[in-house]
Amino acid sequence: MKAKIEAIGRRTVNAIEEIGYGLMMFYEAIYWLLLGQFKKQPVNLSLIAAQTVQIGVAASLIVIVLCFSVGMMLAIQGLETLKPYGAQAQVVTGIALSVTREFAALITGIIVAGRSGSAIAARIGTMKESQEIDALQVIGINPVRYLAAPALVAMVISMPILTLFGILMGMFGASIYTLYELGMPIGIYMSRSFDVISMYDLLQGLSKSIVFAILIVVISVINGFQVKGGAEGVGLATTRSVVISISAIVIADMIFTFFITRI
Amino acid sequence: MNKPLNQAPRKKAIQVKNLVTHYDGRKILNGVSLEVNQGEIMVIMGGSGSGKSTLLRYLLGLQKPTSGHIELLGKDITKMTEHDLHHMMRNIGVSFQGGALFGSMTVAENIQLPLKEHTSLDEKTMQIMSQMKLEVVNLAGFENLMPSQLSGGMVKRAALARAIILDPRLLFFDEPSAGLDPVVSAELDELILRLRDAMNMTIVVVTHELDSAFKIADRITILDRGEILMCGTVDEVRNSDNQRIYNLLHRQPRQDSVDVDEYLHRLTGQSLS
Repeated sequence: MKAKIEAIGRRTVNAIEEIGYGLMMFYEAIYWLLLGQFKKQPVNLSLIAAQTVQIGVAASLIVIVLCFSVGMMLAIQGLETLKPYGAQAQVVTGIALSVTREFAALITGIIVAGRSGSAIAARIGTMKESQEIDALQVIGINPVRYLAAPALVAMVISMPILTLFGILMGMFGASIYTLYELGMPIGIYMSRSFDVISMYDLLQGLSKSIVFAILIVVISVINGFQVKGGAEGVGLATTRSVVISISAIVIADMIFTFFITRI
Repeated sequence: MNKPLNQAPRKKAIQVKNLVTHYDGRKILNGVSLEVNQGEIMVIMGGSGSGKSTLLRYLLGLQKPTSGHIELLGKDITKMTEHDLHHMMRNIGVSFQGGALFGSMTVAENIQLPLKEHTSLDEKTMQIMSQMKLEVVNLAGFENLMPSQLSGGMVKRAALARAIILDPRLLFFDEPSAGLDPVVSAELDELILRLRDAMNMTIVVVTHELDSAFKIADRITILDRGEILMCGTVDEVRNSDNQRIYNLLHRQPRQDSVDVDEYLHRLTGQSLS
């Protein structure tokens, strides 16, 4: 019994340490972004551009496909649920608000965590194991400035854009099924959706996407930097970064939604 | 009275004073003190687990020690700010055991990275400088290859070219001959000697390859279980009467005595008494 309590205590302390490490990493990345050029050690713009293409552009197709599918799924469920009440036309409002405020950011965050977050963790972990991180340091290049800061900027730029795509494709997917089920033209469906959505709803979704972006990068980077034990360690770190990123996204979404609905 | 020039004390490029380090609660280096003169080749030797690679990590400023001081070119790196350390790195070149070339860059881009970090040279000048260093290490013509396309020896030479691109005053090698055949290893030894002679670099080589060590070293420091056993010239080390040094140089296996009771306890978890 005592050993179990000790284990829980040790895990709690390790978790708090890791959160602190993540906060310091975030602070250091922001420091280099804002002050690096004044110290003649700027964050490399070409690295930011390359990461934006890898994280944003390369993920756009899967975001489009999955958000389209989720939108269609919501329409299927929504229409089926509202049929007994004869309120199927209200599905437009429900889907527009839920996709804009919630689902697009959440699905995009999960996809990007799995795709780009794991790639960041794997890349940094592999660099750690092959002493490339040490090589950066002895050249005089701060690894956070070189690896974490560009990924953070790229992710914060890419995630809201991907989320916007996700919102549009989610509504489009729902409109396809609604056309099939109710005969509502796509143009009418989309027009009604845009009437329902306010700037507040859009900002809610986009601001969540920025929070998710920061979580994904920080969690992936710290897992990459903490890799030990060769190829197996890299694999474990990659898996761990995806699991923790997705968990953090869902929990952050819940907290964010709870507070924002009380404003 | 002035000392004759050839007996004037040489300036110290590296000074380590009472270095103590820990890892995971275990003491790794126990009060290590060491000096390397400017322009000399110091070889640090020791068996596996002796602490030589750990010592190298602390000399490079990659970790902060538990206690002790490390001075490079007269400056204590254990007390430096990150900004000062960044400038100190301009004077240091390192060739890691596996090369540590950046896999996403070509050989030329790898070599030019320190130039991009520390200078404002234009692209053409950087290309010429990297080409010069590739010529020095006999890798001319391979600048556009990726590290994954290089053989082990070529990786080491490309890593060396990157290490010397800024003509550093201090050059460190971590197991330069690891994974190389004897011919390539001998070529690398010659290169190290040429670098010292041509550029008056101070060179520290961490290795357990005896042939290489005896060929290139001005002095040899022998580490064992986190402590310095001896520091001297090649002849002094060869003629040492220390049993552990003798075993290391003559590849004698350890003759540790075994306590039977303890051994059986470790196997079975039960005590006999």
